[in-house]
Amino acid sequence: MTNGINRRTFLKGAGVLAASAALPVGLVEIAFGKGNESFTFAYISDSHITQINDTQFVRNFDRGLQKAVLEVNFMDPQPDFVIFGGDLAQLGKKAEIDHGLAIMKDLTVPVKWVIGEHDYYLDLGKYWQEKVSPLYYSFDHKGVHFVVLNSILTHDDWTHKRWPTPEERMRQMARLDNPEGSPFMVKDEQIAWLKSDLAKVKKDTPLVVLSHSPLYKVFKEWNFWTDDAEKVQALLKPFKKVQVLHGHVHQVLYNRIGNISFNAFMATAWPWPYPVSYSQLKNKVPDMTVFMSRADPFKERDGTGWGKIDLADGPKVVHHYELWENSPRTVENNPKGNPADTKYQDPKKRIPSQEHY
Amino acid sequence: MLKIVCSVAAVVVAAIALVISPARADEFTKEDLKKWDAAFQTVAKEGEKLFHSALGKNSVSCDMCHPHASNNHPETYPKFQKQLGKVVGLREMINWCIQNPLEGVPLALDDPKMYALEAYIYWERRGVKLAPGKH
Repeated sequence: MTNGINRRTFLKGAGVLAASAALPVGLVEIAFGKGNESFTFAYISDSHITQINDTQFVRNFDRGLQKAVLEVNFMDPQPDFVIFGGDLAQLGKKAEIDHGLAIMKDLTVPVKWVIGEHDYYLDLGKYWQEKVSPLYYSFDHKGVHFVVLNSILTHDDWTHKRWPTPEERMRQMARLDNPEGSPFMVKDEQIAWLKSDLAKVKKDTPLVVLSHSPLYKVFKEWNFWTDDAEKVQALLKPFKKVQVLHGHVHQVLYNRIGNISFNAFMATAWPWPYPVSYSQLKNKVPDMTVFMSRADPFKERDGTGWGKIDLADGPKVVHHYELWENSPRTVENNPKGNPADTKYQDPKKRIPSQEHY
Repeated sequence: MLKIVCSVAAVVVAAIALVISPARADEFTKEDLKKWDAAFQTVAKEGEKLFHSALGKNSVSCDMCHPHASNNHPETYPKFQKQLGKVVGLREMINWCIQNPLEGVPLALDDPKMYALEAYIYWERRGVKLAPGKH
């Protein structure tokens, strides 16, 4: 930190923006400078808190989120904030969201929230907006422009006409391999908002876009997919460095399309398999992704974990995957500007993935 | 000499007869095959339903970790199963999942539900080469 002022003291004391007028001007400039100050934020995603009945919740998923919260609290230095990547709840119930929020409340740093389909399809985001956050918004932090999107919308017909009750709609959306499912979308109204939001941002400002589903297309049958992703990508194209961070896929997954890098985060709840493990349908995982080893079902926390992102010098993104029962992984931009697993990208250096248990 | 020629001719005739007439015992009619396939599909469908429902006490279902029953590798069983310390079949692994992530009571190995789960898992993995014992 500069000027001998500790960043944590600054953040705690300042309440970030609200009190900035009372702070030395120099400090405010540092906080919202030209993107040459390193800072960190942590990312926790996909806790899928599940109510069994009344006060009983699925123990394993509770424990995953509690562990992530504890580990973020132990991070030194502390991240500036935590991003929660969506799917706090499993079936969008108030009790599940409240229980998840109660666990997250123990965090020592503020949280920025992204909504997932499991939080949304019971009441179409009503309770989330009341208790947690808006469904989409943007904010600036130390020279970086952050955009939070609600990427899990879908066709009006599927949302409003297909199902007899909200509970049934939620249940159908919660099933990943559902032949009655419908692909995710950002939709035109939000894309128009994004266009006007980005119009105010200089093209050399580093952009971090936060969505629940990947803003590209991997495997439609499991909704590792955003149907109108190209429309979003077109708006991000004029910016020099764009990082999309998403949850939903519960696995190490990364990609780059033009100037846009995409990194997925682990879940705290359970790991999904890679789509290539389903032998009956064609699917595509980006070539540059080095798969994580298959999770060991006999270790409760294997295949889950959390991510920590460094934005050093603004756009240079370094993504640390902390896999609780596996070797940690670091993905950063290689000299060609593509995200690459720093240790295992070279095929000769890869740890052979355990295929079967 | 003649006798030998005759024998050879007889063999040749027999061979030709085999080629011309591929008749085998217990020939299955198309109707038979259709019936049996329908019976299998009924059980596999039942398995798909079970696979997507709560089989234990905590409302967790198999498909939550295994969409389309993927990552089960049924073609590798029987094999050494670390937590059981011996070579077991897929059914023991299904029961491990029912007992642990699903927090339920294991099924009897000949429970019709077990056959149904197995039928669904194998059906979703059809066409993949057998690799028993492989890890």
